[in-house]
Amino acid sequence: MEVQLAGILSQAAGGARCVECTGATIGELLQSLVLRYPEMQMHLDEGVAVAVNGEIYRDRRDQPIPNNADVFLLPRIQGG
Amino acid sequence: MPYETDYTNQGFTKVGTRVNRPDGVDKVTGRAKYGADANAAGQLVGRVLRSPHAHALITKIDTSKAEKLPGVKAVLTGKDFPDLTGGNRGLMDILENCMARGRALYDGHAVAAVAAIDADTANKALKLIKVTYKQLAHVTDVDEAIKPGAPIIHDWVRTAGVTPAPTTASNVAQRSEFGHGDVDAGLAQADVIIEKSFKTEQTHQGYIEPHACLATLGPDGSGELWVTTQGHFTFRNVCASLLGLEVAKLKVTSSEIGGGFGGKTHVWTEPVALQLSRKANRPVKLVMSRDEVFRATGPTSSTSVDVKIGAKRNGKITAATAELRYQSGAFPGMWAMFGAMTSFACYDLKNVKSVGFDVLVNRPKVAAYRAPSAPMAAFAVESVVDMLAAELGMDAVDFRIKNAAKKGTKASYGPVYGPIGIGPTLDAVKNHPHMKRKLGKNQGRGVACGFWFNFGGQTCTDLNIGVDGSVNLTVGTVDVGGSRASLALIAAEELGIDYEQVRVTIGDTNSLGHNDTTEGSRGTFSSGMATIFAARNAVDVLKQRAAATWDIPVEQVIWEAGEARAKGRQNNNLPPLSLKEIAAKSPRTGGPIAGHNEVVADGAGVSFASHMCDVEVDPETGATKILRYTVVQDAGKAIHPDYVEGQFQGGAAQGIGWALNEEYIYGDDGRLQNAGFLDYRIPVCSDLPFIDTQILEIPNPNHPYGVRGVGETSIVPPLAAIGNAVSNAVGVRMTHVPMSPPRILNAIETAKE
Repeated sequence: MEVQLAGILSQAAGGARCVECTGATIGELLQSLVLRYPEMQMHLDEGVAVAVNGEIYRDRRDQPIPNNADVFLLPRIQGG
Repeated sequence: MPYETDYTNQGFTKVGTRVNRPDGVDKVTGRAKYGADANAAGQLVGRVLRSPHAHALITKIDTSKAEKLPGVKAVLTGKDFPDLTGGNRGLMDILENCMARGRALYDGHAVAAVAAIDADTANKALKLIKVTYKQLAHVTDVDEAIKPGAPIIHDWVRTAGVTPAPTTASNVAQRSEFGHGDVDAGLAQADVIIEKSFKTEQTHQGYIEPHACLATLGPDGSGELWVTTQGHFTFRNVCASLLGLEVAKLKVTSSEIGGGFGGKTHVWTEPVALQLSRKANRPVKLVMSRDEVFRATGPTSSTSVDVKIGAKRNGKITAATAELRYQSGAFPGMWAMFGAMTSFACYDLKNVKSVGFDVLVNRPKVAAYRAPSAPMAAFAVESVVDMLAAELGMDAVDFRIKNAAKKGTKASYGPVYGPIGIGPTLDAVKNHPHMKRKLGKNQGRGVACGFWFNFGGQTCTDLNIGVDGSVNLTVGTVDVGGSRASLALIAAEELGIDYEQVRVTIGDTNSLGHNDTTEGSRGTFSSGMATIFAARNAVDVLKQRAAATWDIPVEQVIWEAGEARAKGRQNNNLPPLSLKEIAAKSPRTGGPIAGHNEVVADGAGVSFASHMCDVEVDPETGATKILRYTVVQDAGKAIHPDYVEGQFQGGAAQGIGWALNEEYIYGDDGRLQNAGFLDYRIPVCSDLPFIDTQILEIPNPNHPYGVRGVGETSIVPPLAAIGNAVSNAVGVRMTHVPMSPPRILNAIETAKE
């Protein structure tokens, strides 16, 4: 699947705004991303969010990713 | 996931009613215990010595005289905080902010601390500590800090987010870019382009209760912390990491909280209080003064923002771009990134680009403040949107409606929106009676939109049913805005009992699994979800007990209106069993009846609001009076409408203060000049009109009741709504917040020239 990388996260993929990854769940997707781009691990440690078809998931790694889903990797949001 | 989180459109009998809050009587009678209200036998008084310089090397700290003062039990400097962070830069920043390590980075930075038998002795001890400083060049303004030759705050900072990675130090800690399409091509299609620059000054959350805690830490590494906080589990984890403690051995209890708004999501003095206690082997109470709260806790960023938007004559925006510079204080942050993400989130844009620059300056470490970073971006963007509408000869609300994001819109920060409420809030504004009020001389009206993400996160809840049928619900999200009432309503709804039968307690860190901090408008969303599931868990047990009592299969038992009912003609002779009846028999039917749930409550649902306000500006003094203010916001589902409205009003009130008066004022020496409520003016009741509200309920598909967070979005539009209103009243575009009387007069005079 195609994963869009927002903001500072694209730097970890050599500046690419969109990368190819695999994974049936968010957890598998992130694993595959780190295997391909080890620098991404630092961002995962700091926390990221994954938007799947518009829904933003911060923590749920078992969330399934449907085929042809619109997937965005976002920096983790803080609140007030 | 034990239960489905999808919205089910169920009917309600309790949810949506306006019951009295359970903590109200305690709060109005003074019985409620806040951060400074706890005491322990033998407790000491903690005090912190702070840097008077904006930027200085600490060449020597002599604590010998203070240590010899009778009554002094412990003295700490940076050397008493060994680096246990394991290379985690974020944790090291927190540690260094709690206590300087060889360099004072801002006026108010902690350089030493004492614990003594009383306040007089502690204050005398502070005066006996001799600190030798070597002053360094400083910078406090966000634009000055990025100029060539500006003093570098940290020589190890390289700008992240830039390819190839820089090799020299910079005050720009991070560059973050968001957007899609081709902005240049979009602007080339525009008939009208407006470009403008804006500034906003630094503000504090202004919570009335200062930071306060009572810390006990023994030599065995076991401790307790009573503290005013938005997230006691997070405080426990951070303090344990910084001080080398086992998480389970540090019990943190959250007090009642006198306001937080993001400022109490971070630790400031708590690790210091614990370390003082460990060194003295006595409990230590540490309460910040108001001066310390201003100088040494986390205000929001001051900012500098450039916006450029183009549109066709038909009112359709063709492209939008923004560059946002946010100062994060003396430590790297990601505040400009949030500004960049939120800046154009209200609009459906084919070509959009926003770039955020997080900038280091010699000011306190910036903290979250209610929808952090979004209000400043909205001020700039919504001002240009108004200017563009005026240039096109369009009504400002119609222009926004024409360009509003909707379901299926690709958000400017990336993902595609599900069902959202920006359009309906604008429609409600357009049709609101407020818009029909006739304006008088020197009066102006302004409208603005706002967006915030909202999020959920880790949540753990217990529900215990007593033998008399009363219910104790224990949650781990601190109640900052009335969530106990909302959660009691949810439990009552699920169990089918009276609201008054439920008591909600905020559990300490030893009584529940981890709960994320109450931030991101998550309290009622996430603990509400966990409460629904915990209650349904308890209902399963209640049904089992009824089935056992009746000696029928549990599949033949349903739960309705607070009682177990046996289904099927064969069970017609079995009278219903109420919750109270089942609870009364529980000791002999299997023991206590309880429900429990732990959940990662994702899918919080984004939130939008539209505000309108009328102002009158005195052209002689530049003073602005808010004549009328209305908030329209999507709440998904208002569990307790009073507290939803309260959040709407509270956000608007804080935004009004930010827009008109509040600002950190630094002198040329880099020292904060107005560290008190006398000179840092937050709005009081007489400054504000009644703030009208309209709740829209567009259900969040990812919550069983459709709930969205409501706590933050309401502070996003006010700067812009008031900016547009003041600009319309005086006939000059206001570009600098706060729009204090001198700034308004100056803008009027400059326009005349």
